[in-house]
Parts: sequence; C-alpha cells; structure tokens
Amino acid sequence: MEELVNLFHGFAVALQPFNIMVMLLGIVLGVIIGVLPGLGGANGVAILLPLTFSMPPTSAIIMLSCIYWGALFGGAITSILFNIPGEPWSVATTFDGYPMAQQGKAGEALTAAFTSSFVGALFAVVMITLVAPLVASFALQFGPAEKFAVYFLAFCSFVGLSKEPPFKTIAAMMMGFALAAVGLDSITGQLRLTFGFTELLNGFDFLIAVIGLFGIGEILLTMEEGLSFRGGKAKINLRVVLQTWKELPRYWMTSLRSCIIGCWMGITPAGATPASFMSYGIAKRVSKNGKNFGKGEIEGVVAPETAAHAAGTAALLPMLSLGVPGSPTAAVLLGGLLIWGLQPGPMLFVEQKEFVWGLIASMYLGNLFGLIVVLTCVPIFAAILRVPFSIIAPLILVLCAIGAYSVHSSTFDGMLMLVFGVVGYLLKKCNYPLAPLVLAIVLGDKAEEAFRQSLLGSQGSLGIFFSNPLVSTIMVLGLIALFWSAIQEGFTRLRRTRTAAA
Amino acid sequence: MTTHSSGAAGPKHKFVEAGIALLIALFGAIVIIGSLKAGINWGAEGPRAGFFPFYIGLFIIISSAINFWHALRDGDGELFAEWGQLRQVMSVVIPTAIYVGSMPFIGLYVASIIFIGYFMRWLGKYRWLTVLGVAFGMPIITYFIFERYFLVPLPKGPIEEWLNI
Repeated sequence: MEELVNLFHGFAVALQPFNIMVMLLGIVLGVIIGVLPGLGGANGVAILLPLTFSMPPTSAIIMLSCIYWGALFGGAITSILFNIPGEPWSVATTFDGYPMAQQGKAGEALTAAFTSSFVGALFAVVMITLVAPLVASFALQFGPAEKFAVYFLAFCSFVGLSKEPPFKTIAAMMMGFALAAVGLDSITGQLRLTFGFTELLNGFDFLIAVIGLFGIGEILLTMEEGLSFRGGKAKINLRVVLQTWKELPRYWMTSLRSCIIGCWMGITPAGATPASFMSYGIAKRVSKNGKNFGKGEIEGVVAPETAAHAAGTAALLPMLSLGVPGSPTAAVLLGGLLIWGLQPGPMLFVEQKEFVWGLIASMYLGNLFGLIVVLTCVPIFAAILRVPFSIIAPLILVLCAIGAYSVHSSTFDGMLMLVFGVVGYLLKKCNYPLAPLVLAIVLGDKAEEAFRQSLLGSQGSLGIFFSNPLVSTIMVLGLIALFWSAIQEGFTRLRRTRTAAA
Repeated sequence: MTTHSSGAAGPKHKFVEAGIALLIALFGAIVIIGSLKAGINWGAEGPRAGFFPFYIGLFIIISSAINFWHALRDGDGELFAEWGQLRQVMSVVIPTAIYVGSMPFIGLYVASIIFIGYFMRWLGKYRWLTVLGVAFGMPIITYFIFERYFLVPLPKGPIEEWLNI
C-alpha cells in the first residue's frame, strides 16, 4: 500500500495551482501540435523543451507529458473530420471515423474516439502505477551486463516487430549509434569521429535530430503531396456525447482487448502505430459487425484509438523504471530528464519520489483534463486546420529553427536541423524507420558504456551476457524478438506443409 | 506496379533507393575510418574509444550492402517522385537553407520576417497586408514568449543591436 500513499502525495504535487496551469497549457498546445501537419508528439515536445529549462523539473515534465497526451488526442480530430491522420497512429482511425463523419455522425465518432483514448490511457496509467515500482525495484539489482541486455532486447524488438524491412531497421539504428558515438568518449575521455571539426566536440544532440527528422522531414513530405484540406464541420453537443456514452459500454470487450494490445506494444518499443493497426485488425476479425468495418462502424473507431493511447502512455513505463524509452516521444522526455539533472532509471523511484509520483498523478489528471478540453473545444481546433498550409509551413519551420537553436544556443544546430530534415525526407521515402534511429542516438552512449563495462569485467569474453539466468533470459528474449518475423514465417510454412500433406 | 503513370517523369525509385544505400554505406566507411584513428583494440583501461563504433560501422556497411541488393532486385518502374513534386520540395529546402545560413549574421528575428514574408508572398500569393501582419506578428510574439516570459535568449543581429533590444 506504500504505492497508494505515494500516489496521494503525487496528487498533492500535481494539484498545485501552477502545475494545473502548465497541465492545461500543455494539453492545449499538444492538441494544436497533434492537429498541425509536420508537428507531432516527438518534435513538438523537443521544440518546447527549452521553454522548461527555467521551471522546476516536476512542473516541466508535467507540461511536456501533457503535450504528449494532447497530441495523442489531437490526431483523432484530423483523421475523423478531414481524413488526414495528424499522427501516424491515427491512420487506422480514419478507416471508420471519416465515413462516420461523411454520414453526418462526426460528433459520435469524435466522442467515441476521445472517450476510448481516455479509457486506453487510464488503463495504461493504472498499470504503470502498479507495475512500474516493482520493475524499478527489480532493476535496481542490474549490473552492466543486465543493463546492456535490456537495451539489446529493446533494439531487437524494433528489428523483429517493425513493418519495415529488417535490414533497413538495422541500418537506421546503427546510424543512430554511430551519431551517438561522435565526440567525447565517456569512458576514456578521448575524442573520436570528429575529424577535426570543433562543432562536433559535443556530438550530435538527439533533440536536433528529432526536430529535423520528424518536423522538417514531415513538412517536406507534405509539400511534395501538395495537401489541401477539405472537411466537414465539427459539432459536438451534450446530447450526442451522452448518447454515445450510453452506447459505448457495449464494446467493453473490444476496449479491454485494445487496452491490453496497446500496453504490450507500448512497453516493447514497437509503439502506438502498430498497436492501433493490430487492434483494428483483430477487432475486425472478431467482431460480429466485422463486415461493416470501413463503412463507418463505431467499433472501428474505438479499437485503434484505445490501443494507440494505451501504447503511447505505456511507453513511459520502461522510460521511468528502466531508463529505456518505448517511443520517440518518451525518448525526448528522457532527454529532458537528463537536461534537468535527473538520472532516468530505477534510482528515480528511490531518489526522486516526488518527481515520479507527481508525474504519474499528472497522467491521471492530464488525461481527464484532456478529455474535457477536446470535447468542448473541437470546433476551435478544427478551425486551425483551415488555415492554409502556405501560412502554417513557414511558421512551423521558424518554430523548428527556434527550438533547434535554443537547445545549445548554437546557430550551427539550425543548419544541422535542415540536414537532418532532408535526410529524414529521403529515409522516410525509402521506407527506413526513423524511431530506432532516434532511440539509438539517445541510448547509444549508455548502451556502449554498459557493453564496455561488462566486457571489462569479463576480460573481453562475450560469455558475460549468458553468465547468469537473469541476463541469459533477457538476451534470449532479445534474440527471439530479433528473429521474430523469421520464426513466424517458419511456423506458417510448417503449418502449410502440414495441411498440404493431410 | 508495371504501368507507368501517364506523362509524369521523375527519378526512378529503385535508383534513388540504391543511391541512399550507397550513401549510408559511405557513412559507415567514415565511421570505420574514424574508429581506426581512435584505436579499436584493447588498451590499458579496456576497450579503446574506437572499439564500439568500429563494429557499428561494420554493421552499417553490411546492412547497406543487403539493402542495395534488395533495391536493385525488387525495384520496378515506380517513380520516386515527379520532377514537379521535387521542385515543390526544393522550394522549401532552398529558402530554409538560406534562412538558417543567414541566422548567425542577421539574427533570428530579421531572418524570420524575411523568410515568412517570402513564403507567404511568393508561394502563397497573399495580399501584402496579410503577409506583413504574419511576418512581423510571429517574431514579435516569439520575442515576448521566449525572451521575456521564459528567459530563453535567441540570436540577434546588427538591427536588434541598433534598436537596443
């Protein structure tokens, strides 16, 4: 019951007037970020991170995580009203959300989407409350070999679970590790890979990479497609909300299933996007209304939204308890922790109780506020989308430049951001995943340190990673994740030959 | 997809993809050269600085080789993008390059005003009044939010110095 006491202390922290203010500010900014093309959770948080340098860390993380919740909510608005997914994880929401809007049921679709998002997030937060302290206390015993094994597992799941070709995932990831290695080597204190450029002394900051890859890259993609927005008006009144709420409990089974899928995919760094697709696919197969999916079935909105929000929230569990972020946005938040002088990982739960539980309490409150804000202000947010792209685009580019500059007060970073932007555009067009690249930049130094320290202990023998049951289990799980698609293919082939033989 | 979209021309997807794989491999080679310079063997205090990045570089080259082969093998006649679309992309990249390149000399505010103005006037074809309103409004709001409220200093040029801001 110690957790409950801690949680109540957390609520006391989160309910301070200043923190409630930053929470609301974060939610509103987040929804706007989620609605705008070219700004998403990860780069939105990265751009606004410098604004929090002067705040106390607890308020700062509350504001930034609320931007994240807001962005998760905001993605649904554009998918349903305009058939444009504002975020990759709301692509699956367009399948049934947009047809509903066309049939004049936009209000029902939006209410269903927001409510399911809230349910998914709530489920994930309850899970974090219960599980995170346990994971953290368990992880306190980890030595360097176990730490490296956890990183290994995280990166292997990327290769095995992402829908991009495995070797493209590996190439992207390794580029991230290489970029992370540039600059001062943390163990020997020696310079490496700088080739004499003084600008590279401190290495590549992943915030610049995030702003460039996701922000600038996304704008270039939008420019290429020549987007024009056309869409219905949003109207939500209380009657529609209450009516939809009365209808929603019927889909509790879909919700529960999507919550579990979302949590699972969020903890393993597969992320919200595959979770939403998977949950939609399973709901379509299982539901008795399955044949109506794609024509405006409310269940087809419930399933992906619940899973996406559960995954987005659950991604913070490994970030808080192990120091391994489950999504690019969680990675940016982790970067924030380092900047505020906090060491992410299991020690947080021991040394920074107020911070951790304030954050967890703010997740409950932030999502509740978020639900209220989006339900009441949908028309205003939808109006933002009617501002033409030729006004929005330069403003977003200027914001990206400001964000990139203010990380280290360096104008060189602005140019670096544009380079990352062009690289991001090309990589995205060629189907390379960007999330593992960013996560590798964030975790590269730590993974390398853990790796070298383990090797130091074993005099260079790789056997250290299989030296005790705990580390071997994690490593084997990692190897299974790495070859997951190959294993799956083997199974289906085996089954096919068996049915062919029978 | 074996059919060519009618009339549209542009670089073929498979060649761009193969080119990207080559560039990534080149990046891997640079990483390996840098690692060799830093030393990849064991020193007195354990693995030296280039030890870890050396293997990262190897991984990059190996996976790029496989990606290169896949790109040429699986590629069909599909276009990467039409020339017109690429022109659109360049119409953002070039002004942005000039924008971030000029920032160290004329400061963020002046550069932003010119950049937003150019974008809205030449790409968006708005009336001058709207253009000037947004182009000046945004940096002024930025000034108050970043420098005044959150105390984050942004780069300034000679004009700000002259205005004594």
